[in-house]
Amino acid sequence: MGRTFSEKILGQRAGQEVRAGDIVVVSPDCILSHDNTAAIINEFRKLEISRVRRAEKLVIVLDHVVPASSEKYALNHKVIREFVAEQGIENFFDVNQGICHQVLSEHGLAAPGKIIIGADSHTTTYGAFGAFSVGVGRSEVASVWATDELWLRVPETIKVNLEGNLPPGIYAKDIILKLIGDHGADKANYQAVEFWGEGASSLSLASRMVLCNMAAEMGAKNGYFAPDQKVFDFLQRLEVDDYEVVTSDSDACYSEIITLNLDELEPQVACPHTVDNVRPVGEVAGLAFHQALIGTCTNGRLEDLEVAAKILRGRKVHPRVRVLVIPASRKELLKALKKGLIDIFIEAGCLILNPGCGPCLGAHQGILAPGEVALSTANRNFRGRMGSRESFIYLASPATVAASALEGQITDPRKYLS
Amino acid sequence: MKGKVWKYGDNVNTDVIFPGKYTYTPLTPEEMASHALEDLDPEFARLVRPGDVIVAGRNFGCGSSREQAAICLKAAGIQAVIARSFARIFFRNAINQGLPVFVQEEVVADLNQGDEVELNLEAGELVSGGRQWRLPPLPSMVLEIIRAGGLIPYTRQKLAVSKSNEGKRE
Repeated sequence: MGRTFSEKILGQRAGQEVRAGDIVVVSPDCILSHDNTAAIINEFRKLEISRVRRAEKLVIVLDHVVPASSEKYALNHKVIREFVAEQGIENFFDVNQGICHQVLSEHGLAAPGKIIIGADSHTTTYGAFGAFSVGVGRSEVASVWATDELWLRVPETIKVNLEGNLPPGIYAKDIILKLIGDHGADKANYQAVEFWGEGASSLSLASRMVLCNMAAEMGAKNGYFAPDQKVFDFLQRLEVDDYEVVTSDSDACYSEIITLNLDELEPQVACPHTVDNVRPVGEVAGLAFHQALIGTCTNGRLEDLEVAAKILRGRKVHPRVRVLVIPASRKELLKALKKGLIDIFIEAGCLILNPGCGPCLGAHQGILAPGEVALSTANRNFRGRMGSRESFIYLASPATVAASALEGQITDPRKYLS
Repeated sequence: MKGKVWKYGDNVNTDVIFPGKYTYTPLTPEEMASHALEDLDPEFARLVRPGDVIVAGRNFGCGSSREQAAICLKAAGIQAVIARSFARIFFRNAINQGLPVFVQEEVVADLNQGDEVELNLEAGELVSGGRQWRLPPLPSMVLEIIRAGGLIPYTRQKLAVSKSNEGKRE
């Protein structure tokens, strides 16, 4: 019986043959943290050692509350910058770069066969490039800074076969919302999720990032797409070639195989207050809302902005709706700017905010008041996440959010795309 | 140690355990405890007492990787969390903070809000109303981390040992 991607990569790196359920100790290639680095530094100091073991492995991106919205956040950032200088950390990205998962990817740090750990639950995103990437907590990151080692349980793996192709107006976000809605927020708890099939290989890298990002919302430890020419070409453009492809054996043993036919998929909406409370757009169409958000580490890339702009071009957003557009990174913003998308958004009445996490986690830039409703391209709709605990968050694709922003109510985007 | 049960359902997420708006400002564990479960059970932080136990359904602690979700519960006096299942990052964070976590279906089915319980961690035993439940034994490495008071003290001990061994070799 063959092995899954996770069994193979963790076995290779631990120097032993492993199966799901085994515990291994590995040395990661990349250790990511963001604004929470200040808290990690605090834990690291308690270890009573002066230097991080492998400064070249640390990647620190300021993205959660950028630029600082209060003196407390400002102090946080200051502590991080001082630590970066003290330890000689080269992969530091200050408040002008964008969201960590986008920034790390566009700098070629996510590549096939890499092991990436991050103090962020959406570290799963890098499976889109064939990396093994998992989220951990702050103490754990502080400890790995000191020891360069982490224990991991080799996960079982769910194989998701995506059959067919996406119809017009349906996107990666609809795929992952459908999977989470059908199978539940803890379906893949402690497990890996591998995406295979015609529908997987036809997806762009940006779309694969959506699926791996939100695999975390199924409880997954990591997500994975077999790296193909799209990944190799992307890395070649960045002049990155120090990687080794690791992929599952054709006879690998999976805990379960799930099949989804994309040909029949409809736009999906996750309703409050859990990501697995998913309905087809038709069942929630007509629901009025106050704020739209197009952006985040899930859906703030050029392809997302392009489809939103296509719908908004030459039109005005509904006067009752505040529409926030937040490109995922400086690079994605610049591409959108050069393509004229930013003009379209501004003329339609949208607010363009600086690349970063924005209001996704309820810290700044568009907090919801009691009774308000948001429609967002983000990955979480938990109670109170974007502000008041008496507010409501719906999640959908950039196309659904853009079309709905025009009408001031949840709308099937397909009528604007035919 | 004796305490009361706080009973919750499935998918208790980290945003309701510890809201994101407090996440990126350094707070003491006591300050974190004052916001514990704020968006799920606003009474919890005021009424919780040392020794109390949380009993919950599936996927406890799902969502963000924020470690404060474990820290705030421990600082609030929660002695252990017993659930049908845990989200994986919360499970690691809880152990790394020295907060014992157990998967035990019967306890979840049998106990209710406000029940008086007595937990014996070393023996892996929970008693309430004359009934007794076995808790699954924790792996030895996990027990070592919990006994050390969490991952940071555990790592500090390990680093100190390896440093003194190096000294001996020289």
